[in-house]
Amino acid sequence: MSQVDAPLDPAAAAGWRNGPKRKGFFTDTSLCIGCKACEVACKEWNSVPADGLRMLGSSYDNTGALGASTWRHVAFIEQRKPMRELPVRNTATTTAERAPGAHDFRWLMSSDVCKHCTHAACLDVCPTGALMRSEFGTVVIQADVCNGCGYCVPACPFGVIERREGDRTVLNAGVAQKCTFCYDRLGAGMVPACAKACPTESIQFGDLDDLRVHAAQRVSALHDDGVADARLYGEDESDGIGGAGAFFLLLDEPEVYGLPPDPVVTTRDLPAMWRGAAIAGAALLAGAAAACAGRRS
Amino acid sequence: MTGPRVEGAGDAGTRRGRGREGGERPMVPRATFTSYYGRPVLKEAPWAADIPAYFFLGGLAGACSMLAAGADLTGRTSLRRTTRLGAAAAVACGFGALVHDLGRPGRFINMLRVVKPTSPMSVGTWILSAYAPLAGVAAVAELAPLLPRGVTWVGGVTRALSRPAGLAAAGLGAGVATYTAVLVANTATPAWHEARRELPFVFAASAATAAGGLGMIGSSAADAAPARRLAAGGALVELLVERRMEQSMGLAAETLRAGRPATLLRAARALTVGGALGGLLLGRRSRVAGAASGAALMGGSLCMRFGIFEAGQASARDPRYTIVPQRQRLDERRASG
Repeated sequence: MSQVDAPLDPAAAAGWRNGPKRKGFFTDTSLCIGCKACEVACKEWNSVPADGLRMLGSSYDNTGALGASTWRHVAFIEQRKPMRELPVRNTATTTAERAPGAHDFRWLMSSDVCKHCTHAACLDVCPTGALMRSEFGTVVIQADVCNGCGYCVPACPFGVIERREGDRTVLNAGVAQKCTFCYDRLGAGMVPACAKACPTESIQFGDLDDLRVHAAQRVSALHDDGVADARLYGEDESDGIGGAGAFFLLLDEPEVYGLPPDPVVTTRDLPAMWRGAAIAGAALLAGAAAACAGRRS
Repeated sequence: MTGPRVEGAGDAGTRRGRGREGGERPMVPRATFTSYYGRPVLKEAPWAADIPAYFFLGGLAGACSMLAAGADLTGRTSLRRTTRLGAAAAVACGFGALVHDLGRPGRFINMLRVVKPTSPMSVGTWILSAYAPLAGVAAVAELAPLLPRGVTWVGGVTRALSRPAGLAAAGLGAGVATYTAVLVANTATPAWHEARRELPFVFAASAATAAGGLGMIGSSAADAAPARRLAAGGALVELLVERRMEQSMGLAAETLRAGRPATLLRAARALTVGGALGGLLLGRRSRVAGAASGAALMGGSLCMRFGIFEAGQASARDPRYTIVPQRQRLDERRASG
């Protein structure tokens, strides 16, 4: 019944039989060069409307955050910190690398996207069934079914999904919008637009199982290379969302990138909440009955 | 590279004007934490005043149906009439508010495509759909004498059905009055989710004070005795449970104590306590004092819903309420292996 109790193959839990393997994104932020080709490719392919140019004064990020009309968002973080710990007296290091100040700065870039959670709160709370689990294990919104109730918006623990504002000239105005994982392209056996456009393979697309194996190897390789900060985010099936379909290799804590450190699907606590409401409702009934049963004044 | 975005340059002002993700705000972190340029992690619910107003109206309707059923069974005619009409009016207005708040109001009916226990909004819609016609039948029975001569049979039918319909509405009213607490608590919004244990009780108590208030306004001083008792009980429970809620919410409780939410909740407490005491002390003797107390109680319930609603929105806007508790949880888990 509840997504939370479902086995970890979300497509099978949603009733798909003999479907393809679960698809995923592995965004390796150590390879991101901040070109924003993913943002542009996503907008172009999915006909996502322009949503304004604002100079935000946050490094090269003038996009701000994921939202109804931003399905990929490249974050830029400037830090006074070396990218890697250089071995002391390593003869292999060049003069330039040893120069004072040469390595006291790093520029982190990361292309964020909908996480396509195993236990997706947006999908759980959607009252119309507009949000659905695809055969690829991704979470897709059917824009022609959504009535714009907006419940998915506060339910998402990542602040991804949003109701698109605007008049009737704006495509899908008034309904919730987010990354579809290029459902149309997947169906045609194609790679999602963002991954296709990424020039450094920072955004990798594939079977989620394969991506997880590859990501673990990549973290080890980076650790061996002195990048001690490298860690995975969203790959752990035992986390509060049952693992993400789109997971990341980060070089700092998640909150530095605007990601929640320990997201939990709200519906995990829903059975307890329903019990509370049942008791409260019964108490209200009992109170009203007692109030009426009291002596006539 | 960012070419396509330039076309929408004209939108920049309106976006900021709507107050949505309008750039960074200066941060004064009381607990040390890191964030991405101080921007929110979560999105606020895109809900206008319709929604907290509906929480009030739903509570009012549900508890009114309970009072109405009790008044019906104990022969308190003026209380029965007031609460039956009040329940129907409240549920009608509430329904209107709900539909009005949709991004696509014309697609309201899509709510009835599915039954989803994981979605309190789906469950609530079904409860409401069952409840509203029952509350309507009970209300039409009260209006029967006013019906035109040609359709007096409507009065006859509804009068015959009014008691069973009213009793069923009272039962479903328990759901109508409390599911909204589960609806808001079942989100990632920190102040709502962290209040999840107590919120159904706070909403139920607030429903009791609102319906009690309406009963005191619209019925004779003698008939209104159950309304006064229900309101007093509701006020007491609300005060006690709200205190407990603030203690169990952790960091997010701050949002109940600052800014507009704090003002609204202070007003709610004053109006609720004042109204309940006024009703108990003066309601029996003076119809006017009873009505004034009733109005205070209803106002208190309304302020409470808006206070909780706005506290939640404030907690979503400030990344501190998302990041600090999660970081603490994660660090503790790592420390314990």
